[in-house]
Amino acid sequence: MPALALSPLASPDAGPGAGPAAGARLQTVDTVQALQARIDALQRTTLDSALMPMLMPTHEALADLLPDGGLKEGAAYSVTPSSALVMALLAGPSAAGSWCGVVGMPEFGVEAAEAMGLDLDRLVLVPHPGDQWLTVTASIADALGVVVVKPGRAAGDAAVARLASRLRERGSTLLVVGAWPQTEAMISLTESRWSGLGSGSGCLTSREVTVTVTSRRSPRPVSGRLLMPDPEQGIRRLDPRAMPRAAARTATERAREAWREVG
Amino acid sequence: MLRALCLWVPDWPVLAAVRDGAARVGVPLAVVAANRVVACSSAARAQGVRRGHRRREAQSLCPALVVLPHDDDRDHRLFSPLVDALEALVAGVQVVRPGLVMVGAGGPARYYGGERAAALALRSALAEEGVSDARVGIADGAFTADLAARDAPADAPVRIVPPGAAAAFLAPQPVAALDDPDLATLLGRLGVRTLGEFAQLPAEAVRDRFGERGAHRHALASARDPRGLVPRIPPLDLERVLELEPPLDRVDQVAFAVRRLADEVVETLSGHRLVATAIRIGFRDELGGEHERAWLHPRSFRPSEIVDRVRWQLSGATRTAGAATGAPTGPDLRAAVSRVRIVPESLDALAHHEPGLWGAGPDERVHHALARVQSLLGHEAVLTAQRSGGRSLAERRVLVPWGDRAVLTRPLDRPWPGALPQPAPATVYASRHPVAVVDERGETVRVDERLRLSGSPAGFAPSAGGAVRPIVSWAGPWPLEERWWDPARARRAHRLQVVDSGGVAWLLVLEGASWWAEAKYD
Repeated sequence: MPALALSPLASPDAGPGAGPAAGARLQTVDTVQALQARIDALQRTTLDSALMPMLMPTHEALADLLPDGGLKEGAAYSVTPSSALVMALLAGPSAAGSWCGVVGMPEFGVEAAEAMGLDLDRLVLVPHPGDQWLTVTASIADALGVVVVKPGRAAGDAAVARLASRLRERGSTLLVVGAWPQTEAMISLTESRWSGLGSGSGCLTSREVTVTVTSRRSPRPVSGRLLMPDPEQGIRRLDPRAMPRAAARTATERAREAWREVG
Repeated sequence: MLRALCLWVPDWPVLAAVRDGAARVGVPLAVVAANRVVACSSAARAQGVRRGHRRREAQSLCPALVVLPHDDDRDHRLFSPLVDALEALVAGVQVVRPGLVMVGAGGPARYYGGERAAALALRSALAEEGVSDARVGIADGAFTADLAARDAPADAPVRIVPPGAAAAFLAPQPVAALDDPDLATLLGRLGVRTLGEFAQLPAEAVRDRFGERGAHRHALASARDPRGLVPRIPPLDLERVLELEPPLDRVDQVAFAVRRLADEVVETLSGHRLVATAIRIGFRDELGGEHERAWLHPRSFRPSEIVDRVRWQLSGATRTAGAATGAPTGPDLRAAVSRVRIVPESLDALAHHEPGLWGAGPDERVHHALARVQSLLGHEAVLTAQRSGGRSLAERRVLVPWGDRAVLTRPLDRPWPGALPQPAPATVYASRHPVAVVDERGETVRVDERLRLSGSPAGFAPSAGGAVRPIVSWAGPWPLEERWWDPARARRAHRLQVVDSGGVAWLLVLEGASWWAEAKYD
C-alpha cells in the first residue's frame, strides 16, 4: 500500500500558514489518519459497528479528546485517581439515561456528582466490595451502562480478559481508577489550578485543568484545557476544539475514497 | 323474607373491660362515653343505673360505682376472637357492632337440625370462649331478630319468632325500639306509642310527613325489613410461622429451613393474586428474645429474596454490636432460633407486577444485578445516594441500601447557614484523616475565641507520616457551631480551604485541638 509508506512524514504539529509545502504535508497527515481509521475499523470484531463505533453520550467538553469522539460501549478506560474527572466522564451517560455504578470508592462525593450533572436516581454505590470487587464489577456491568471501579488488589490476566469479553457482550463501559491492562485509552488530569482563593480570603470558585488522553491508536496524546468545575458548577472547554467531529467524519469518508483508489 | 339469627352479648363494653383486666368481676361498673352511661354491669343495674344516665346521676344512685371510659378499640379487639369462633361454625357472619352479630338462620338451621339447635350450638361456642350470657333471637328480618334477642330473658336465652309472626311480635313494642329518639318523641306526641300503631299509619302519609328516614323506620315497624345481611369477609391469613425443633444456631441452617416457608408465603399470595412489596420477619430465640424488622422491596418479593432477607437479618441480629442501619426492633438474639415468622405487610395486585411481553425493561435487569450483589455482600453493601440538607459534608448526603426508602430528616430547601459554598468537594473521606497544619515557623496553627488564626497556614502533612504539602493559598477559618444546647450532639469546629502546591484543594477541619482532612477537591 503506497499510502502507508507516507506515515513517517506525518507530523501533526504542522501549523497553518507555513507555506504550500506545509499544506501538502497537512493533507498527507489527513490521509494517514484517515487510512488508520479505516484499518482500525476493519480490525473491529463486530460487524455492525464496523464504521460507526457505538458511543456513549459523552459530555461535549470531553468527547473530542477521546478516540472515536466519545466513550465507547464495551470498552475499558483507565482514569487517573481524580473523583472530579470520573464524575465528568459519568455526567454525559448519566444525563442521557444510563445507570452508573461506582465500586470501591467510599469517598465518592455525592453532592459534587449531582452538581456535575449525574442523576442520583440512577447512581449505585458499592463502597466496600472487599476481595470480591471483580465479581461485583462483573455482575453490575451486566446491567448498568457505565461502571467505575477502583481495584482493590491486582487482578489476574484471565479474570481481566473475562471481564473484557463480558463488557463487550453487554456493551457496558468500564472506567478503572488506576492502571489496567488493555485499555482503550488512558485519561489523566494534570496542571490543576484552582481560582478564587487568596491568602486568607475568598473561596474556591473554579478550576482549570488539562485533560490528556493517551490511546493506542493516536500517534501522540490529545489534551485539552477545561474548566472543571466552572463558576456555574459545570464543565466547559477553554481551548478551541483540537479536531471537530465534522472533520473526523470527513476523514473517515476520505479514507473510504482513498481505499477505493488503492483497491 | 330472610330468616335472621341475632346473637347478642349483653353489656359487651362492660364485659370487655372485665376481660381486659380493667375492672374486677362483681363490682358495680359503668362504661361512660360523652358523660353518658353506655353500658353497666348487672350489679350497677340492680342499684338503678341505666343506659343513658349522666355520670353524676349514676354515681348518686350507686356511690360505689366504678366508672370507666368507653374504649371502642378494646371492644373490637376482644370481640374479634369470638367472631373467629363463630366463623368456625357458620359462614357469613355480620358484625353489627361489638357484642352484636347477625347470621342468616337458614343454613345453620338445616345443618344443626332446627333453629333452636343452631342457636344453642352458637351459644355453646361463645361459652367455650368464656362468654356465658349470650341471647339469641331468630326471626324474619334482622330488626325483628335483634329485638327478639333483647327480649329473651337470661333464663330462656333463645327467643324464636316463627315465620310470618314478626308483625305480631313487633306490634306491642314501644316506638323507642326504633332507636331514633327524635322520631320516638314526635310519635309519642302524636299519640303513637307502639310499633303496631306506627305500622298502621299509611306508608305514603308517613313518607310525606317524615321523609325517607321515616319511611324506612315505618318499614321496620311493619316487619318489612329491607336490609339484607352483609357478611364480614374474613381477613386473609397470610402470616406463616415456622417452629424449629430443635432450635438452630447457624445462619445458613435457618436460611435453609426457611426456604419452604418462603415458597409457601409467595404461593399463598399468588393464589390470592397478590404480591408482597414489604414483609416483616420475626425471630424468637430459645431464651424468649424477639427480633423483628420490616423489609421493603422496590418491586415484589420472590422466595429466594425472602430467604436472603432472613439471612441478612439473622447475621445482623447476632452481630455483637448493633451495627445494622435498618432499625431492628427489640434486643439482639442471644441463643439459637426456635421460631421464624414471616408476615407480608404491604400487598399489591399481582397484575401490577406482571413482567411485560418483552420484559420489564432495563430497570428490571438493574434490579436483578443489584440484588445479586446484595446477596453476595449483604443488604447494606449496595447503596443509593440522595442529597440532604445539613452543614457538614457527611450530613449533606444520605446513603440508603438498595430497595429501602430514604428518610430525609434534614430538608434540602432550608438555608443551612454555615454550610460550605459551592463547588462541593469531589472526594469526601469516609473516615477522618488526621493532619498537622503548621505556619511558617513550623508551629501548629490554632484558632482563638475571636476566630483569629495563630499564624497563616504554610503547610500541612498527614499525621501518620508523609511529606509536608506547602499551602499556596487558603481561606478561613469558617466556624461551625451546631446544637450547643444538646451536649450529646453539640459540635464546634473550624474549617479551612487550602490549595497545595500541586494545585489540589483540600478542606481541613479543626475540631477540639486536632486537625483533620475532611475532603479533597481533586
